[in-house]
Amino acid sequence: MMTNPTGRLTQGQFSFLPDLTDAEITLQIEYGLRQGYAWAVEYTDDPHPRNTYWEMFGMPMFDLADVAGVMLELKSCRSTFPQHYIRLVAFDSTRGVETIAMSFIVNRPSVEPGFSLVRQETNGRTIRYTIRGHEADRPEGERYRK
Amino acid sequence: MYNIPGSGSSPQPAPVAEGESVEAVRKARTVAEVMAQSQAGDVLDELDRELVGLAPVKARIRDIAALLVIDRLRMNQGLQAQTPSLHMSFTGNPGTGKTTVALRMAQILHRLGYIRKGHLVAVTRDDLVGQYVGHTAPKTREVLKKAMGGVLFIDEAYYLYRPDNERDYGQEAIEILLQVMENNRDDLVVILAGYGDRMETFFQSNPGMRSRIAHHLEFPDFTEGELLRIAEMMLEQQNYRFAPGARDVFQEYIAHRLRQPQFANARSVRNALDRARLRQASRLFANPDKELTVDDLSTIESPDIRASRVFDLGTASAQKT
Repeated sequence: MMTNPTGRLTQGQFSFLPDLTDAEITLQIEYGLRQGYAWAVEYTDDPHPRNTYWEMFGMPMFDLADVAGVMLELKSCRSTFPQHYIRLVAFDSTRGVETIAMSFIVNRPSVEPGFSLVRQETNGRTIRYTIRGHEADRPEGERYRK
Repeated sequence: MYNIPGSGSSPQPAPVAEGESVEAVRKARTVAEVMAQSQAGDVLDELDRELVGLAPVKARIRDIAALLVIDRLRMNQGLQAQTPSLHMSFTGNPGTGKTTVALRMAQILHRLGYIRKGHLVAVTRDDLVGQYVGHTAPKTREVLKKAMGGVLFIDEAYYLYRPDNERDYGQEAIEILLQVMENNRDDLVVILAGYGDRMETFFQSNPGMRSRIAHHLEFPDFTEGELLRIAEMMLEQQNYRFAPGARDVFQEYIAHRLRQPQFANARSVRNALDRARLRQASRLFANPDKELTVDDLSTIESPDIRASRVFDLGTASAQKT
């Protein structure tokens, strides 16, 4: 299991920790709101590390005062895509920054087969490496079925 | 969404260090302790001091505050305290203070720990209802999310429901609203406001809405004396005052204005004062060489008020009869 030592995707903050509980997620959101970040919910079933832009669920949530709004959106995303990767991203709109300040996974498929390493032999003895998700063979929307 | 006049400038009580006070409120055993630690009493007193009249409204707010305090004490003792439904409807004529009271309500509920943030999001139909199919739900949801942790104030709520157009998207907004009012009772308080008779028809056609609103507060019209006191308080806030005779003239003005159509209570008073300030300014402006003292600059003289059209109309109608 060298390509998938933990059996889980490690991207973004807290991804080496056990999954955050809803109470812990609430605290993180609260912190982000205090910093003035705008939260958004994103989901995907193609978690390749180079797939930077996941689909956004609904609209980014600017001008929120309280956690309940974000949690509401997260719950409805979880019920729509229970077997997808879902992450929360916080956008910092400070001029000159204007980028994602926080991002962490809040929902995972029940089984995460991980990635395989593909070796391509080219001229001479050169080998090019690439990684490929095991689930990526199947079409979008049919991956990570139980 | 719009800004509420006065919401920014009015002196706000000093914000409490949040976590600390909430923790203290949890340990309280007497009514006085809860009141002292939550500082809800201050807001109630302020309400009494700064809002003229409105006795039935104030009484009702005190009742609600009392219930919340007792519930808090019950919870501290480990008794069941079901979070009461606090959605409200404010009905009353224009200018009777519905928006102002809503703002105070948000503060009180926040102090008592009923809502987490205590901000007020004021919306009208345009902010909730979309223009084409599929536009309304996300729009309404977005507003609701912004209001969570605070108070959602829907002004002229009866516009949400248009009985003459059965394909109106307002119905969709109402349904989402009802759903959130029921399921997220801990997260936000919805206040519907509007003129009495129209709100009555609105509730009749939306029985679900009426049953989900626990508190119906009716805002009475102000009396002449109350309007005069409101005028004086408004002037005081802007560092103006009436000249000795001007107060009586303004009283006369109110008496005339009351009898005319489209009288909007405190709002009319505010407009009248704004016009008086304009006239005062041009009166002072007419004398470019005069050295103006603080007194000159802050006094509204009786001619400033006397010049109003309301007096002409008043005497004209008196002559006719």
